[in-house]
Amino acid sequence: MQPSKTGRIALYIYGALILAFLYLPLVAIGFASVSQARYLSFPIRQHTTNWYVQALHSGTVSDLLWISLKIALIVTIISMVLGFFGALAFARYQWRYRRLYQKLILLPIFFPQSVLGLALLMWFNAVGILPTWHTAIIAHLVWITPIATLIVAIRAYGFDPALEEAARDMGCSTWQILREVTIPLLMPGVITAGLFAFLLSWGNFPLSLFTTGADSTLPEWLYAKMVSAYSPLVPTVGMLSVAASIIMVAIAFAIPYLLNRFKPKTLN
Amino acid sequence: MERLNQRLGLLSALPVSLFLALGFLAPLFVVAAFSVMPQKVFSLGNLPDFSSYAIMVQEGYWQSLITSLAMATAATLILFVICWPLAFAMAKVFGRFTLVLTIGVVMTLFVSENIRLFGWVLTLMKGGLIEGYWRNWTGGTFDGLLYNVPIIIFGLVYVYLPFMLFPLAQAIAMVPDDARQAAFDLGASRWQIFREIDLPLSAPGIVVGCLITFVLTAGAIAESKLLGGRAVIVIADEIERAFTYGQNWPLGSALAVTLIAVVGALAIFGVSRIDLDAIMGRKR
Repeated sequence: MQPSKTGRIALYIYGALILAFLYLPLVAIGFASVSQARYLSFPIRQHTTNWYVQALHSGTVSDLLWISLKIALIVTIISMVLGFFGALAFARYQWRYRRLYQKLILLPIFFPQSVLGLALLMWFNAVGILPTWHTAIIAHLVWITPIATLIVAIRAYGFDPALEEAARDMGCSTWQILREVTIPLLMPGVITAGLFAFLLSWGNFPLSLFTTGADSTLPEWLYAKMVSAYSPLVPTVGMLSVAASIIMVAIAFAIPYLLNRFKPKTLN
Repeated sequence: MERLNQRLGLLSALPVSLFLALGFLAPLFVVAAFSVMPQKVFSLGNLPDFSSYAIMVQEGYWQSLITSLAMATAATLILFVICWPLAFAMAKVFGRFTLVLTIGVVMTLFVSENIRLFGWVLTLMKGGLIEGYWRNWTGGTFDGLLYNVPIIIFGLVYVYLPFMLFPLAQAIAMVPDDARQAAFDLGASRWQIFREIDLPLSAPGIVVGCLITFVLTAGAIAESKLLGGRAVIVIADEIERAFTYGQNWPLGSALAVTLIAVVGALAIFGVSRIDLDAIMGRKR
């Protein structure tokens, strides 16, 4: 019941076209980032890496990078911990309010982010917290923790509870089971969740917009410059932000590979 | 064992639930409370009235809501049609290429949506990638392709494609090949198989994909601002403007509550009808 040969080829072409469609705007930005002209117009006649040099030496850009990085790192760590326990309750344990809890976890994902950002801004105002980049961490977490929970939960669904029961029968305490069985088994899911958390926080715009107060993240600055006061640094900084994401993914893929490679042979 | 499961489940749900109660539910209550405050106040210590809702109706803010919902409907339908063949191929036809596609599509999610939309501005504007090269090669020229309603819907389709694609692919993967084969052997046409087998059996994934796409596109703001110029004003834009330029928190809150009510009713209705355990691959 598979499609015919031509049908299969057509589907492969379709898939490749969709991928190309998804990446076309990044190609345009890539070209724009090396254009020498101050007022951009295609086709680009003269190329320069000048804007990259300027961006890397700019104090504003490094401040933005630093703030975005701090937020993303803290969000990653907290959402990995919350997501790990959240996923156990989501997928592993059978308890009375599990169905209700599953829906609570889904709600923030099924919610317009700009409205969530505003709601949080009013909430911070009502309880008297001044918005800074610290409050943006909370905002990102409201959206990212549920996603992290779902990612770990996918792993937890494939988890055999007999392993935990065996450990318990042999006299392990709940804490020992967690440390020796549950955490190692779910670790790949937790690491994937951490990677998603970092990258989603790094690229987030709608939540940051309302909750960073006087501070600004990279996507916010880019947006402000796109809407008004265009600067030739916009495509360049955009490309730098994309490059940072790619490096992050490369590191995430490289770590397990390197760990395997340098692991003592006797352990395998 | 049963009691231990109960206790551990509750305990491990506690941190996330507390956090979401404080960081998600509480802010929603604040928004609801602000929406019944008098105009242009910044604290909740006033006598409630419903002036914001009255203004919303009188001054035609509901038109933006209709605009947003109409564009969200269009984007969701277009995405379903675009994504179905690809999702089908990812689930049933492609082998290793599915992994390539998955990584490729997920990677785009990690690039801020306003950067990607800006890329489309550079591609479509007058003097942009398309018009610029067209002029260079053929000598002809045309206006940029930006600043109209279709281009906003195009932007929505572009940004929210992964949210439709992955639930569909996941759902189609759950349709047993035997059922499709049996229908085929009994003489069903491709269209009949699609209508009688694929659609009903992958319904949960279709519901999830359409819901999440609709909800997110209804609240989207960047597409209409960056690609659409001021061709139309979407509801999220009205909300933001009520808060920033308008300095009218109660009006913004009333608009937000209305959007949340429409979208939330849909989301809760949809989510209550699907079995999450089955979709996410519970084995036991």
